[in-house]
Amino acid sequence: MLNFKKWFSHHHEDNAMEGHLTQKHYTNPYLIGLLLGIVLLSTFVIMGRGLGASGVLSTTVSVAVDKVAPSHTENNEFYQGYLGDGTKSPFKDWLTFSIIGTVLGGFISGAISGRNKLMVEKGPRVSSKKRFLFAFVGGSLMGFGAKMARGCTSGQALTGGSLLSVGGWAFMIMVFVGAYAMAYFVRRQWT
Amino acid sequence: MTAPFYKFGFFNDEISLIIAFAIGIFFGLVLEKGGFGSARMLAAQFYFTDMRVFKVMFTAIVTAMIGLFYLSWMGFLDLSLVYYGDTYLIPQILGGLILGVGFVVGGYCPGTSAVAISTGRIDAIFYALGGMFGILVFGELFPYITEFFYSTYMGKINLPTLLNINYGFIMLLVILMAIGGFTAAEWAEKAMLKKREGE
Repeated sequence: MLNFKKWFSHHHEDNAMEGHLTQKHYTNPYLIGLLLGIVLLSTFVIMGRGLGASGVLSTTVSVAVDKVAPSHTENNEFYQGYLGDGTKSPFKDWLTFSIIGTVLGGFISGAISGRNKLMVEKGPRVSSKKRFLFAFVGGSLMGFGAKMARGCTSGQALTGGSLLSVGGWAFMIMVFVGAYAMAYFVRRQWT
Repeated sequence: MTAPFYKFGFFNDEISLIIAFAIGIFFGLVLEKGGFGSARMLAAQFYFTDMRVFKVMFTAIVTAMIGLFYLSWMGFLDLSLVYYGDTYLIPQILGGLILGVGFVVGGYCPGTSAVAISTGRIDAIFYALGGMFGILVFGELFPYITEFFYSTYMGKINLPTLLNINYGFIMLLVILMAIGGFTAAEWAEKAMLKKREGE
């Protein structure tokens, strides 16, 4: 049974702990989509660009590799792209500041909704250790894929999608294809 | 034309970083509130039990798409100044496929993992560490895959230009596709719920 009052409720006892998730704990997805669309549109209007999330990880990796082996990054166009020309810190960048905001915004929302909790997201049939391994492997694939595609779900699918970019749409369709094709093989992790 | 404000020099780079931070906060709020800080909720999309990934993404895309078109039609926004990346078709198709597999294996995508970390999901930390490892692998392989990375270049191109169809008509197709998708998603969720209750 759906309880509409609870869609906006801020007091849920350990709802994050429930093994069986239901929709009522979170805000209506169409309303969330509308709000996300407005955030995205505001970014276009104010900045003339869209959102992005994977860039900051690339900057971190590039800076780390540069610290360890500067001669190594020198001849690599990929790392150089994130290190910049050296006139300012590579982290003094739009994507870095927006992702710091995203982390804070998530924390605020989690605090308001009573969902901030140290826990592991997994189905009941898998151990935490195994879940960590899957998270790492999945993250690696994501990192590699996002660099190959020149963006992730934020930069390509949302931003490129709403601007009707050919690459953005090709990317987005393939994300769903890849995820649905793989879902059967990792079902024990989630269900 | 007055927008995009940044492109018309309404503020400098320093201010743009503060704006980035503010926009990021709203982005994080909306993602968390929508349930995207939970890997189980995100993964549910791919088992048809909760299709909110699709619903949120397509409502957002349609909203921003219509907004852009309307503001540009009013003469408020110069759409040609809104940046989006060039298309490199085959690398982007392959990248999307790999990222999609990573999505269901890892449970997050980059933006949602940021929200998951800040709300205490330990698995999301492993996901982000994996993300950096994947980027390192890409960076190390880059000299060997450079040619492929720059292949099938099509420039800054959108669907109306590619298909030579009116912008408004493409928008209509996207909206109809979204509505069809939403209807199918609602149906699938109900069917899965019935199946689960039957077990």
